[in-house]
Amino acid sequence: MERTTLDLWVGAFVVAGVAALVMLAMKVGNLGTYNVSDAYQVHAYFTNIGGLKTKASIKSAGVVVGRVTGITLDTERYEAKVEMSLDRRYQFPKDTFANILTSGLLGEQYIGLMPGGDSEMLANGGIIKKTQSAVVLEELIGKFIYNKAEEPAK
Amino acid sequence: MSATNTIRMIGHRAINAVWRIGVASRFFIYTLLYSGSSFRRFRLTIKELFSTGVMSLIIIIVAGLFVGMVLGLQGYETLKRYGSESALGTMVALSLVRELGPVVAALLFASRAGSAMTAEIGLMKATEQISAMEMMAVNPIARIVAPRFWAGVISMPLLAAMFSAVGVFGGYLVGVVQIGVDEGSFWSQMQSAVDFRDDILNGVIKSFAFGIVVTLIALFEGFDAPPTAEGVSGATTRTVVTSSLAILMLDFVLTAIMFRGN
Repeated sequence: MERTTLDLWVGAFVVAGVAALVMLAMKVGNLGTYNVSDAYQVHAYFTNIGGLKTKASIKSAGVVVGRVTGITLDTERYEAKVEMSLDRRYQFPKDTFANILTSGLLGEQYIGLMPGGDSEMLANGGIIKKTQSAVVLEELIGKFIYNKAEEPAK
Repeated sequence: MSATNTIRMIGHRAINAVWRIGVASRFFIYTLLYSGSSFRRFRLTIKELFSTGVMSLIIIIVAGLFVGMVLGLQGYETLKRYGSESALGTMVALSLVRELGPVVAALLFASRAGSAMTAEIGLMKATEQISAMEMMAVNPIARIVAPRFWAGVISMPLLAAMFSAVGVFGGYLVGVVQIGVDEGSFWSQMQSAVDFRDDILNGVIKSFAFGIVVTLIALFEGFDAPPTAEGVSGATTRTVVTSSLAILMLDFVLTAIMFRGN
């Protein structure tokens, strides 16, 4: 085969391979989508995080505003400490309420932020004091059965 | 007496196997040592990139498209039972990028390009071209083996990436265009679930490892083949069998290291 044709084919092959990789990264992976580049860190304590995982999204009014960056157990208070990284474009008042919610019945869990009315905003390293734990289905059912049993028989 | 013979045979086999692994490792090190010329005279490598990479394109693209389409169909049938058809994109993309892309592309590469490499080098040896080179003081490892090795190592990740990309497109064709899964949730759920470092980059690392292993086995079998018609055909078969098994075993080990519990 002639030299230039050979070069052309190999060049096209390499370009196509790299293009496939870029397409995977941008279109399939999360490199082209939400990326907290300019972020500030806050954390919150939950008594029970349910099935929350790192990299779960943080939403306010349904809009993704950040990601969970770390989950650890604080052994002083025996509560889960959840580190969050929020986009600097979105500022939240100090008395913001953090809920662990589930998207759909079986969907993945995320943190929902409900802004309060405080005039001061959360700063880097701040703490969200008002939290509500995840709803654990088994506990809910257990409570329901317990309440039913306590009811006087009709 | 036959018991002693059996044990003797086992011992012989074991020594032979270890000896072959040793020779193969030495072969690998020599290939790395003498690979300078395959970059200095990059034209040699380009010629091999054509025959290993470009010529494997069609089989990779067609196979990727069909694997993706089957994944779309089967995934839809299963996910429908749980009412989560919108997770189809996630399923197709994750299984392709993490597993099927690197593994199936490597299996196809082993049977398409690996067997050709073994047959070519085996025949060169059978027709005494390699001895002739040595006589002319041309190092056959630097001239024949190293360019093929690097061509295989370079083209394997590119082929695997193309396989995955075409496969995702095939899943899209069946899932969104034909069955009618919502296009927005197909892509957005995929994007939120597939991580660049954990999934895509690990897939690329896998295919690099497969490229090294497959090309090395193919070249070694060719170089080690008995210089007869029978020997070359046996070596070609061994290339496909050994590299397929090596791919699957290595895949398990790499997956266990990369995706352990997260």
